[in-house]
Amino acid sequence: MPVIIQIPTALRQFADGRSEISAEGSTAGGAIAASAERYPDIKRHLYDEHGALRSFINVYLGENNIKNLEGPETPVKDGDVLMIVPAIAGGTVKPS
Amino acid sequence: MILLPEEARLLIRSEGERAYPNECCGFLIGKSGGTDASAVSEARPARNSREREERYHRFVIEAEDFMCAETYARKLGLEVLGFYHSHPDRPAEPSDYDRENALPFYSYIIVSVDGGAASNMTSWKLPEDRGGFVNERIGAIHGVPENINIEEDDG
Repeated sequence: MPVIIQIPTALRQFADGRSEISAEGSTAGGAIAASAERYPDIKRHLYDEHGALRSFINVYLGENNIKNLEGPETPVKDGDVLMIVPAIAGGTVKPS
Repeated sequence: MILLPEEARLLIRSEGERAYPNECCGFLIGKSGGTDASAVSEARPARNSREREERYHRFVIEAEDFMCAETYARKLGLEVLGFYHSHPDRPAEPSDYDRENALPFYSYIIVSVDGGAASNMTSWKLPEDRGGFVNERIGAIHGVPENINIEEDDG
């Protein structure tokens, strides 16, 4: 049984409208990457031009942000649920 | 187009003035119209979690707060349609930083606050190719969502 990945509303349109998808992986980062391979249109919104998860993209394993666990290397097992949750950021240009 | 009730419009403006010279931020809760206009039923203030010394030109809504807002909206049979924030002493136009941190689907309302007084209000959406924000019109709602009267409004 693979890992379940819950998709935020904004990105469901890039995953055939699904709120959940399944992906294989032994780590949180691996499972998210596998889901991005399966749904390529979602990739540009999850990863920056350097291939790193965008800073505002958070991944939760249960109640825990993986940033507070082992990051992308956080181990996952079959049946675990990963939730992708964006933080929202913005602002003006810095006044000169 | 995004439809905004007067109460939400006033709240966004007053939140921008209250936070001045810092940025305010919050959620737009309502019903998505798909390819048609989306209707906001409530603007809901959020905590600006950026470091205090950065809040004059930056805001962050933490993922935990976002999850709470989604849960709140779901209980009402609604969804998070987008977000608002203020630009103190700057135009109501999205910055590159806004674009880098944005996602498609959502509406991003910006209110300019000049010298402590809210002025122009605009709304923006990010296209799927992340190429650049596209301005979306803000309309006014009068009445309950089942019986909406739309009034064109340019902010």
